[in-house]
Amino acid sequence: MDSFDLVVIGGGPAGYVAAVRGSQLGLKTAIVESRNTLGGTCLNVGCIPSKALLDSTELFHQAKTKFKVHGIEISEPKANWNQMIQRKRDVVISTTKGIDFLMQKNKITRINGVGSLVSGTVVEITNGTEKTQIGGKNIIIATGSAVAQLSSVPFDGQRIISSEEALELSEIPKSMVIVGGGVIGVEMGSIYARLGTQVTTVEFMDGLIPTMDRELGRALEKTLRSLGMTFHFGTKVTGATSGKKSVTLIAENKKGEPISMEADYVLVAIGRVAYTQGLGLDKVGIAVDSRGRIEINSHYQTNIPTVYAIGDVVKGAMLAHKASEEGVACVELIAGQKPHINYNAIPGVVYTWPEVASVGKTEEELKAAGIAYKKGSAPFKASGRARAAEESDGFIKVLADQTSDEVLGIHMIGPRVADLIGEAVVAFEYRASAEDIGIISHAHPTFSETLKEAALAATGNRAIHF
Amino acid sequence: MKKDIIVPAAGESVKEADIVNWYKGNGDYVNRDEPICELETEKATLDLTAEIDGILTISVDGGTVKVGDSVGFITASDAKPVAAANPVNAPTAVVIPAAVSNGNSYAQGHASPAAAKLIAETGASITQGTGKDGRVTKHDVQSSPAPAPVAPAPTVSPNQPLVAPGFRPERREKMTRLRKTIMNRLIESQQTTASLTTFNEVDMSAVMDIRKKYKDAFKEKYQVGLGFMSFFTKAACNALMEFPALNAYVDGEEIIFHDYCDVGVAVSTAKGLVVPVIRNADQLGFHQIESAIVDFAKRAQAGKLTIQEMEGGTFTITNGGTFGSMLSTPIINRPQSAILGMHNIVQRAVVVNGEIVARPIMYLAVTYDHRIIDGSEAVRFLVRIKEQLEDPTRLLVGM
Repeated sequence: MDSFDLVVIGGGPAGYVAAVRGSQLGLKTAIVESRNTLGGTCLNVGCIPSKALLDSTELFHQAKTKFKVHGIEISEPKANWNQMIQRKRDVVISTTKGIDFLMQKNKITRINGVGSLVSGTVVEITNGTEKTQIGGKNIIIATGSAVAQLSSVPFDGQRIISSEEALELSEIPKSMVIVGGGVIGVEMGSIYARLGTQVTTVEFMDGLIPTMDRELGRALEKTLRSLGMTFHFGTKVTGATSGKKSVTLIAENKKGEPISMEADYVLVAIGRVAYTQGLGLDKVGIAVDSRGRIEINSHYQTNIPTVYAIGDVVKGAMLAHKASEEGVACVELIAGQKPHINYNAIPGVVYTWPEVASVGKTEEELKAAGIAYKKGSAPFKASGRARAAEESDGFIKVLADQTSDEVLGIHMIGPRVADLIGEAVVAFEYRASAEDIGIISHAHPTFSETLKEAALAATGNRAIHF
Repeated sequence: MKKDIIVPAAGESVKEADIVNWYKGNGDYVNRDEPICELETEKATLDLTAEIDGILTISVDGGTVKVGDSVGFITASDAKPVAAANPVNAPTAVVIPAAVSNGNSYAQGHASPAAAKLIAETGASITQGTGKDGRVTKHDVQSSPAPAPVAPAPTVSPNQPLVAPGFRPERREKMTRLRKTIMNRLIESQQTTASLTTFNEVDMSAVMDIRKKYKDAFKEKYQVGLGFMSFFTKAACNALMEFPALNAYVDGEEIIFHDYCDVGVAVSTAKGLVVPVIRNADQLGFHQIESAIVDFAKRAQAGKLTIQEMEGGTFTITNGGTFGSMLSTPIINRPQSAILGMHNIVQRAVVVNGEIVARPIMYLAVTYDHRIIDGSEAVRFLVRIKEQLEDPTRLLVGM
């Protein structure tokens, strides 16, 4: 039986990053993955392929709507869906190959198959009918999450689909109903609405991206409406009947009245759940919480001290970058270092256009906690760069402590804010004040100046450009 | 008008002090009598207060200073300067841009992510950094007295057992002035006296009975609990009067006898041991002794004892029993000549009237300077204490 210092089960953003860090710290490391390619949900059927389609469809949308005003005359552009899908697949393949290279470079042993715990130090890998066992002084579970199923509308893989199938449709649908107005729902909705699909979103809560600051959800709703999307908020899905060519979704509106909508597809995007199938948690007695997530202590250790768990399979936001940070921190703890993750400084991003990004507390959270805060908002309309780019939708909002001026929340919707949020995260890690951001020089003309203006507005209504 | 800030003479033996902390920053407006700086001497910490209203200028922001040194000055100014945004209204406001914290920022001591990791790993203690508003940078930790490992991170070799990975940090901290004083004085005591310890045991039954009987009434009358210390202090004072050599100092070729008892009581604090002195303990009632001890203990923990309160004791009592000590040999608190050590009270099997019975027993120790105290004196001194505690009526009638 081969023996390792570190065995990582799961090759997604938590697992492969943990494996690389383990190798950097001198641990003999193996990584076990059931897919043929590494990268997990994120690279194969999540973040990366969805961004590929989001970028293709946004360019298509720009060609249709913005080229003319820029002075580019073209005949009516047509979407070549097959090419979009093929390009997406190519992006995924080249990205997963990059992970393969990283494994080789770091001399990490890659084992294909489903990993299952035999004990706190032995993992059995099943690949088809073949079974092998390896030993690990330390084992990290990083098996991630799977799409959550809505019991009243079970997936059929044909007409009632999940985000994974939505990234591989054989045609551009004429109509689609999306259950869920969260991150995945609005991103998938954007892809298809830009291609001309009649998209209808059904959300149980009363706004889009309901966990983020409400102002962002309202602004996003406005831009998605302009794409032709329609919304049913406060609406509860009760069932669906799928036919050969279409599907009818039945729901109940706020007043309790039944409504039904017919579409080519129903995409259920209500979230994700921890994925622990086949791990043998029962067999070795690893504890999980009521939502099936593996229970860990502050060192990512399960109730079996040699077994750790990180990423989507444990509590916290289901974000690839959160998972990767846990991968690094967990391995460093195993090696005796003392890393710390500031969970309040992990950004959330939505890749619609304009993009949405956020770090820290929302206005709703600050109000609920009774914290006195100042608020400064700056619109992209006031940015010369945004006007030059014909991208003046959106704003940045800075929330700062009423007395100390420390930033408590930064919320953005606008062009490239998924990248702009990085500056806000640095500000959080250093506990910057709104005035600090307002003092720091920002290149002109850039989108990033809007953050400076919002910070000045929060500092004491000192914005210069509006 | 300019008023220098001078390091005061805080006690006859105090010649220098360390600046622990400036409460106010360079250029801050300070009010008269407001604390502006914390000093630590070898015996106590004390606050320097502003002598006049005005703008503070700091010339020495840290380190050791001598009594009489100037550490800065205050430029007189009646009006508190208004916000710098309107400098016309505040001609006296001298705005000195502080490169580091003025001590008021919420961010002072906040460590950058890499600095925080190094602090956790090295155990370094940094409350103020060189970054903006006192933030702690990675370099601050690397150059702090607890040296961070030069290598970027410890790596584990594959051959090493991984169960308890091998990073075992050491820490190096500058001794506080109090710790240095304790160190020097203990060594001096051991080297300059001919010290010797005698032991005895005392049956605490009688004292415990009295405490039980009068506990509530005593508390109600005097607002302080009836503890053991008052019994020991009174018994020791009586014995000291009877054996004055244990209450004396050696001064060259002469012996200074004291016809009063100033009894020092050792108090353990977070920073180290301090010994405040109960003056004229022989003249005080039980409640006065108990109140004095409670007051000392509280202020010692807060670092608020004055140097005067810790000078000039003639004899010391130390109670290791509160921490569970069974028996120890205390070190004489120079220039005194003897010290009484109390210990824990344990039910022990003793023989009373030919029968084995369980009694609450405490071992007592007296360390004495054999140069001026003969063995018989020390032994009889301790026996006198024992007798009074076992039969407290003797405290009343002076036997």
